[in-house]
Amino acid sequence: MLSRKASCDSHGQDSSYFLGWQEYEKNPYDQVKNPNGIIQMGLAENQLSFDRIESWLASNPDALELKRNRESVFRELALFQDYNGFPAFKNEMVEFMANMRGNKVKFDPSKLVLTAGSTSANETLMFCLADPGEAFLLPIPYYPGFDRDLKWRTGVEIVPIKCTSENGYKITESALQEAYQQAQKFNLKVKGVLVTNPSNPLGTTMTRLELNHLIDFAMEKEIHIISDEIYSGTVFNSPSFISIAEALTERNLEDDEVWNRCHIVYSLSKDLGLPGFRVGMIYSNNQTVVSAATKMSSFGLVSSQTQYTLSQMLKDKKFTANYMKENQRRLKRRKEMLVCGLKGAGIRCLESNAGLFCWVDMRHLLRSNTFEAEKELWKKVVCEFGLNISPGSSCHCSEPGWFRMCFANMSEETLMVAMQRVKALVDSTIVHQQTGLSKSRWLKSKWVFQLASYEREPDR
Amino acid sequence: MCMLSRNATFNSHGQDSSYFLGWQEYEKTPYHEVHNTNGIIQMGLAENQLCFDLLESWLAKNPEAAAFKKNGESIFAELALFQDYHGLPAFKKAMVDFMAEIRGNKVTFDPNHLVLTAGATSANETFIFCLADPGEVLLIPTPYYPGFDRDSKWRTGVAIVPIHCTSSNGFQITETALEEAYQEAEKRNLRVKGVLVTNPSNPLGTTMTRNELYLLLSFVEDKGIHLISDEIYSGTAFSTPSFRSVMEVLKDRNCDENSEVWQRVHVVYSLSKDLGLPGFRVGAIYSNDDMVVAAATKMSSFGLVSSQTQHLLSAMLSDRKLTKNYIAENHKRLKQRQKNLVSGLQKAGISCLNGNAGLFCWVDMRHLLRSNTFEAEMELWKKIVYEVHLNISPGSSCHCTEPGWFRVCFANLPERTLDLAMQRLKAFVGEYYNVPEVNGRSQSSHLSHSRGQSLRKWVSRLSFDDRCPIHGR
Repeated sequence: MLSRKASCDSHGQDSSYFLGWQEYEKNPYDQVKNPNGIIQMGLAENQLSFDRIESWLASNPDALELKRNRESVFRELALFQDYNGFPAFKNEMVEFMANMRGNKVKFDPSKLVLTAGSTSANETLMFCLADPGEAFLLPIPYYPGFDRDLKWRTGVEIVPIKCTSENGYKITESALQEAYQQAQKFNLKVKGVLVTNPSNPLGTTMTRLELNHLIDFAMEKEIHIISDEIYSGTVFNSPSFISIAEALTERNLEDDEVWNRCHIVYSLSKDLGLPGFRVGMIYSNNQTVVSAATKMSSFGLVSSQTQYTLSQMLKDKKFTANYMKENQRRLKRRKEMLVCGLKGAGIRCLESNAGLFCWVDMRHLLRSNTFEAEKELWKKVVCEFGLNISPGSSCHCSEPGWFRMCFANMSEETLMVAMQRVKALVDSTIVHQQTGLSKSRWLKSKWVFQLASYEREPDR
Repeated sequence: MCMLSRNATFNSHGQDSSYFLGWQEYEKTPYHEVHNTNGIIQMGLAENQLCFDLLESWLAKNPEAAAFKKNGESIFAELALFQDYHGLPAFKKAMVDFMAEIRGNKVTFDPNHLVLTAGATSANETFIFCLADPGEVLLIPTPYYPGFDRDSKWRTGVAIVPIHCTSSNGFQITETALEEAYQEAEKRNLRVKGVLVTNPSNPLGTTMTRNELYLLLSFVEDKGIHLISDEIYSGTAFSTPSFRSVMEVLKDRNCDENSEVWQRVHVVYSLSKDLGLPGFRVGAIYSNDDMVVAAATKMSSFGLVSSQTQHLLSAMLSDRKLTKNYIAENHKRLKQRQKNLVSGLQKAGISCLNGNAGLFCWVDMRHLLRSNTFEAEMELWKKIVYEVHLNISPGSSCHCTEPGWFRVCFANLPERTLDLAMQRLKAFVGEYYNVPEVNGRSQSSHLSHSRGQSLRKWVSRLSFDDRCPIHGR
């Protein structure tokens, strides 16, 4: 006798996005111990700059030892469970966020609500902005975890905003309107639009034009905008990142009603590579939202121990400035390695300037322009060539043949091995196409596995 | 026009109750030994501040635990990336061992059945999401922790129907009370999904008897419903009768995995009370039902425990010498502190429910009420907050059916502050209740000039300013 939520599968965790990960777990690649294992390219983690953080921590023992000027603050932290958040931490966070946006916007710590990761932040915003049965519009392709985070316990629906490769997946006015009408056709009341900027899985930043379309649309329909900006620190190339906050300020909309309907989600999981620490946040100019979200954050507060350590680290402005710069430099280099490797195999990507992944075009490798063919190709990539990548269908992409490949969660050597395998895959596909062999595998595979399902924690 | 959800706009978060208002008043003028000696003393916060020295000294001797090191090697990257909702294995093992130790090792727990959550607040809400649909019902014995109104109902849409317990039998749960609550729900056409008990009880500070536990098990078995036992105070049972977990009773009754009721008994735990670490947000769900564990595990994504914290605490709780010593010393200090409170209250002519656990006493101030009504209780409470400058929790905020009971905490303040609080209370009872009564309203005219002044000094308009950093159960 459990609830419907517990018994059904609307947690979305049976999607292929997670299945590939399960296969990886059974046979993970290791340069030395398991060189034939599956290389994880489905995990959007940022492992490139840990050395920087580690060395800062080693030089600043107070931060970890929970001391301030060598005096223990353990007791104070142990008791600190105020859902308004550790003031020193929030003050540093808003400065950090402002710096990342070139100080073109300023944030007020009293409008920031801390949550245990952006997973919690996004769900909390849904609980605050929509009732069960109401809808949010999301541009496709989108992060598969949104199906769980936004819908599962809230009862909110997602209606997709169709974006295609035709124009580089940019959000258009007509796509927005079509999505809205689609919702109306299903009798769903639209409460807002949620965008991820920079985009997951595209790895691109939104243009000023797109942001303006979005703002106009939200004004016209009197709905909310949630801008999930958790990748804002991973922008390594031009065009530079434009936050929704900046777009609104540029248009002098501070006194317009829409100002109170725009909310930002942020997290330290991607920019600083700290998903384990569970640090997320909601930023809103809407006092009622801040107030309700603050109370709701009781269900997922950030550990005071972690708030303290990070407040000390972010206080060191020299460190954070250097870190961000170096992080971006390394991401850029790593992305270029991936793009180059793929190019060598005759595979192109969407041109991107941010994120921890590329949006890869494998349409020409499909047997047919169908999602069945995409799934077939994906299984081949996972099982025969030992690469866990994310199929576009798991991100609700409307066109078959696109895949997300992560590049920041592995060493350079491993990425090289992955690129060799991609080349091998393409070669085998070409030969296959040339000789007209049956669909069954060309290469005797070392990596064949039977897909089974078991549970695993998803990650962006 | 801002369109928000019903969750955001209604007050079903329950935070406008007096429980929180008293706390707000405290925040405006908190007592300080040096800087604000007339300030309000906080006795509404169920925190355990008595044994920090033990943890601090352990930390000083074991710097690796906080420093992201294991056997001298840095594990920073590993922890920074660790977001597996199955939890850090070493930490879960340490948690189940600690939970068993608290229960005198009479029961053991399987780490695979433990789900970590960001605090018991998250654990309770997650359980409700897993066990009940919106509109269904949970039965909870009164008086209960005010935060349950938010934790169990707010976002889940589940309703609470109280199981009325009274002072006539020390607020113990009876068969009749259980049946009546169930029928009340039926009368309203509401489907009962389970019973949620807190054992040891908040706010009573008592452990459940074997008889009560047997009654509960029979009841949930009979009705085919769930039992959630919130045992977050299990490590604070400082006196006899000893704490008995519902899991122990299941074992006693030979209910094993083959019995249906086995799957429907669940435990909530946390390190906030026993170890005094509410800031670290460590809660846990324990269930014998694989489906519940599976669903709760996925749901815990919305409130995972920081890996940094999991690592620190797994090192701490794995040190058996520390845990053994801590549990014993914690009991000793809590017992002494409770004794001081009880004695101080006695000197003011006030008695308490006989408590053997928790961080508070359930205090009987019925004889100080103008009349046997909740209005009179509110009046008395306001006097205590504004005149006596003590923040305590009125029984009505805990849904107690009888006016005049208050929860008074004793483990969140130094002994000398507790003594001062008792002096103030004694003075209040002495002065106030020795004054000849005219009528309720003109009582203040009989007050001395200085008392009138202090009354004016402290009366402030109760505002609904959202400053409530609530958690202190």
